[in-house]
Amino acid sequence: MTPTSMSHLSNEKQKLSFLEEVIAATPGESHLDICIQCGTCGGSCPSGSDMDHTPRSLFAMIAAGLRDQVLRSNTPWYCVSCYYCTARCPQEIHITDIMYTLKRIAVKEKAYDDSTAPDFSKTFINWVENYGRAFELGLMSMHIIKHNPFGVFKIAGMGVGMVTKGRMAFTPTRIKGMDNLKAILNKAKELEAVA
Amino acid sequence: MKYSYYPGCSLERNAAAYHVSTMAVAEPLGIEFQEVEDWNCCGATEYISLNLTASYALIARNLALASKNKKTNQLVAPCSACYLNLRKCDSYMAESADLSEKVNTALAAGGLKYKGGTLKVRHLLDVIVNDVGYDAIAQKVTKPLNGLRVAPYYGCMIVRPKMKGNGSFDNPEYPMTLDNLLKALGAEVIDFPLKSHCCGGHMTQISEGTGFELIRRLIKGADDYHADLIATLCPMCQLNLDAFQGAMNNYFKTNYKVPVLYFTQLLGLAFGMDAKALEIGSELVDARDALSKIGVELPPEPPKKRPSKEELPMPQMPEKE
Repeated sequence: MTPTSMSHLSNEKQKLSFLEEVIAATPGESHLDICIQCGTCGGSCPSGSDMDHTPRSLFAMIAAGLRDQVLRSNTPWYCVSCYYCTARCPQEIHITDIMYTLKRIAVKEKAYDDSTAPDFSKTFINWVENYGRAFELGLMSMHIIKHNPFGVFKIAGMGVGMVTKGRMAFTPTRIKGMDNLKAILNKAKELEAVA
Repeated sequence: MKYSYYPGCSLERNAAAYHVSTMAVAEPLGIEFQEVEDWNCCGATEYISLNLTASYALIARNLALASKNKKTNQLVAPCSACYLNLRKCDSYMAESADLSEKVNTALAAGGLKYKGGTLKVRHLLDVIVNDVGYDAIAQKVTKPLNGLRVAPYYGCMIVRPKMKGNGSFDNPEYPMTLDNLLKALGAEVIDFPLKSHCCGGHMTQISEGTGFELIRRLIKGADDYHADLIATLCPMCQLNLDAFQGAMNNYFKTNYKVPVLYFTQLLGLAFGMDAKALEIGSELVDARDALSKIGVELPPEPPKKRPSKEELPMPQMPEKE
């Protein structure tokens, strides 16, 4: 089913299966509905050993409608976006994009907020939404102070090295068209809330 | 050859060496870059994890701004994550009428618009090897990198995934463009089996065991092949392999010392440019010994002071405008 016909369905307020919901929330042709459960994805995954379910299992769980278990899974949060699975999938399923979709649904429904991963994304984006550019030092220090204060000592050497080499900015850069960017992002969020 | 240029946030500071060396080699390569006016962050892998429409609108603002440049429809990104986000956004906007409509409604709030397929999004490496070409580059080499053993490292997002319209320019599993480029510079290029494996991206910040293991594999791989250094083409890969190499060593109680340089820095050296002008020396893992093999002498490191509390990096807010 194409995303366009899916949004048509949701307009008619028909209840979507979880599989249909995930497909509709993923841009382009995700091909998730034609997974043949071969396991090439999990076999190609560099961080698969840290995941509670391999991508293959997760896709079977999505098809089976195990919504809560899927959204509580750590699998999407351990995806490193290397796209090996996507490149190798014989069904050309957009696996990495589906992991992003699952993250978005999980964050929206607060199904997975015990991990530091969603918070890292939020801190990163907070700088971007207010300055228009990413701010590495602000991101790293805020994230570490919040989630792992003792971690400061472990990376202090690296931090000093980066500063000595002039590779850390102490202040974020702000783009000129910040109002322009904010207007665009606010409108986009408004549209997302309706969908 | 004229191109629009999207540096991306990393090249402003942490990867300034990549930006500076790119600008330095552009002239001899006959490339003219025009920076996209007032570009914003591409959202890396973070915005897409939170909000679909806003993440694509964030990227599309850059595409809309770049498409205003009437002199060229080619948009070049040196960072692999930026490159992927820009080409992905362009391809999906061309493919999905629904996404294109939403993104354009958002862009309209800022007086902008973009039609998927208008721009051709290119990685810097693609432009250098395919538009300039190996032969033209080889002719410019005045100080060949003879005897330097280099591990060519591509990482993920430059070669994967294949997208409609903006397809990858090299093999997704076994790319060769960087290998061939380094050979044209005279380097001894190792057949690096991990060349398109993952550096771990943001994982050092989220799950250090996961992140450090991915870094360890790559560093160990290059070391096993007796590489003098790793050549990279992405600021995230360089940050992980270089800046986190010490933390990775502490984590695994290893003692690897494999320098990681940008391919543009090696291009510059082969063209006879001064190491300092290419910001060689800004890497955390010292490249001095490796580069002495090709006769590049760097000034000695200043003696190390003990880091004091005052020197720990602390973020500061800019003054209110």
